[in-house]
Amino acid sequence: MTGAESSAAAGALRREQRVRIARALLLTLPLFVFLLFTFLVPIGALLLRAVENPEVARALPATVRALAGWREDAPVPDAAYAALARDLGALRDTADAGLLARRLNGEWPGARSLVMGTFRKREALAGLEAAAAKAALVDGDPRWAQPEPWAVIARNGSRWTPDYLLAAVDLRRTSQGIERVPDDQAVFVRLLLRTLGIGATVTVLCLVFAYPLAWWLSTLSARTANRLLILVLVPFWTSILVRVAAWIVLLQSEGLVNRALAGMGWIDRPLELLFNRTGVVIAMTHILLPFMILPLYSVMRSIPRDYQRAAVSLGSHPLGAFVRVVVPQTLPGVTAGVLLVFILAIGYYVTPALLGGPADQMLSYSVAQYANVELNWGMACALGAVLLAATLVLYGVYRRFASGEGLAAA
Amino acid sequence: MSRSHALATLLAAAVLSAAPMADAQTTLTIVNFGGANGNAQKKAFYEPFEKSANARIVPVEYNGEQAKVKVMVEARRVTWDVVETESPDVDRGCDEGLFEPLDWSRIGSKADFLPAAVHECGVGIFVWSTVIAYNGDRVKDAPKHWADFWDVRKWPGKRALRKGARYNLEFALMADGVKPADVYKVLATPEGAERAFRKLAELKPHIQWWEAGAQPPQFLVAGDVVMASAYNGRIDAAQREGRNLRIAWGGNVYDVEFWTVPKGTPNRDLAMRFVAFASDPARQAEYAKAISYGPTNTKALAKLDAKVLANLPSSPANAKEGLRFDIRFWADQGEALEKRFASWAAQ
Repeated sequence: MTGAESSAAAGALRREQRVRIARALLLTLPLFVFLLFTFLVPIGALLLRAVENPEVARALPATVRALAGWREDAPVPDAAYAALARDLGALRDTADAGLLARRLNGEWPGARSLVMGTFRKREALAGLEAAAAKAALVDGDPRWAQPEPWAVIARNGSRWTPDYLLAAVDLRRTSQGIERVPDDQAVFVRLLLRTLGIGATVTVLCLVFAYPLAWWLSTLSARTANRLLILVLVPFWTSILVRVAAWIVLLQSEGLVNRALAGMGWIDRPLELLFNRTGVVIAMTHILLPFMILPLYSVMRSIPRDYQRAAVSLGSHPLGAFVRVVVPQTLPGVTAGVLLVFILAIGYYVTPALLGGPADQMLSYSVAQYANVELNWGMACALGAVLLAATLVLYGVYRRFASGEGLAAA
Repeated sequence: MSRSHALATLLAAAVLSAAPMADAQTTLTIVNFGGANGNAQKKAFYEPFEKSANARIVPVEYNGEQAKVKVMVEARRVTWDVVETESPDVDRGCDEGLFEPLDWSRIGSKADFLPAAVHECGVGIFVWSTVIAYNGDRVKDAPKHWADFWDVRKWPGKRALRKGARYNLEFALMADGVKPADVYKVLATPEGAERAFRKLAELKPHIQWWEAGAQPPQFLVAGDVVMASAYNGRIDAAQREGRNLRIAWGGNVYDVEFWTVPKGTPNRDLAMRFVAFASDPARQAEYAKAISYGPTNTKALAKLDAKVLANLPSSPANAKEGLRFDIRFWADQGEALEKRFASWAAQ
């Protein structure tokens, strides 16, 4: 083969390969677009919302400029009063003032009525200069004489803020720097730890219950196993609310469980199984169990029984053979099940809200509260981002740990 | 703006896909809180309006989440025409441009309505109240006031309170001897808030928290708790089912529920006609007969007999015992107090 021929052949091969790659990419394109719009864009939007801070910059540009360089222990410059009067007068409609009021109120309770009250009387402020503007503003609401509202405006003059993310881990910015919020306002770190704790407990319990069950199912004939799997799947297809309501009926102080225990004479007074951690963990374990059973079962089904028999025939104790030969082969199923259950568990909030007490609420409850009730989407997104970050870190640690296990076993 | 717009559009698509497609000419989508209240609205407001205005009403149930309204308004694809809205959300939503200002000249004279029921963006549908409820079969010695609710010696057993700061801080101060008229003055000071949380902490080991309005009557019937804070309409509904639940009106905190019209609805005119129709004294009296929530139109009170009046929060006798929920106070302090409550409750 001459050099020219071989290079022509190589060129043809490369072209052929490029076409194949392009075709493959084209085939995955719908999946990529799907992922982009259902996964990456929402998560990106969530992260952006967690740091976006447009309200003050948009509504009070002149005031922010007038406050540049002002230190919170110095008197508020008169120019800032005049600028505020001008900015409020220039707002096009109430909604702009409303959003500003909401933003400031989140930082300094009371700012809502201060801003809206002043906004409603903005005509009286038109055209006032420095000292006159100050007199009119303070006369309208004496709180304008305090430094706090000005400090909040000055701190939020930029379009981006770390405040939501800081608040999501119980920190805050002050003029002295970043500090922990006072104890009576600290809540999210505790919620996050509790969320991870409940998630871990439920995951371990699911594994403990699902492992023997999945193993037993995998030893049965396919026909019988499929029939029994339906029993696993029926609750899986039932609405979560229905299952939660069923647990309330079972667990309440005059419920089935307590009456049965009392009837057998095991207890004198009803056990408290509801509106505490016990109820939450029982119900969540039940709800999430199928997510552990199914991956375990599918992996166990594919493990040849000969290996264990071979180990036993070579003199291993049956239990030892199971632990050293079978268990390592089920690890991919364990990994998948544990990840599925844990990640689903830390997102729960309906079950803890209905079956738990206030000491059993999880982080998603606060996310829902801020998103749906307070309409503070910055805070909701920041809490979501914290939960996402914690999950990713744990996932990384777990992958390391799990793959190390797998290698050691091999 | 465009980015948040895109996000809003995306969220709206999710919301809208669940909403029924409506024929813009003759169909009005009205959102209510469901349950016994929704049924009473259907009877007193929706069915008569369908006849008189030749329109079709599609009722939708929700749980008060204003997030959906915000998403629709921001995405400019409004499919809800009239929404039953809680008072703090009316005030806040009005400030933030979520609702259309109402044309009061079409609704009637503001003087005919309770002052609390008149708002730039809303008109009161009914007055409801959070009261002390107990099971008449189990509690012989009737509690009268929040001080009794806190008295765990005389009435041993668990108490059910709504999980959250709202109302509970007011109850705690009243139990601590603060007169209803002074409650919000005291609560506005840091010492007053501290005092309310301290009083609440006294009762903490005896509290079973509730989340949904249907829970307190269930707890009381099952005997899980000896007393509960409850929405008076839910207790009334349980009484109509033959349960012997009772109400103590002392220190009840009453509030108004509003009609609002989301900004930018294509059916604005018909929506306004519906709001005016439902605010008529005759319609409101009809509603109060179906569920014991009080009319906001004072002319409707005259159409009701003494037996119905005795169960209404807006009847003069019951209102005298009560405290009007202060929207402005909670709009300012709500987020901070709810966060403090969450922190306190979780410990």
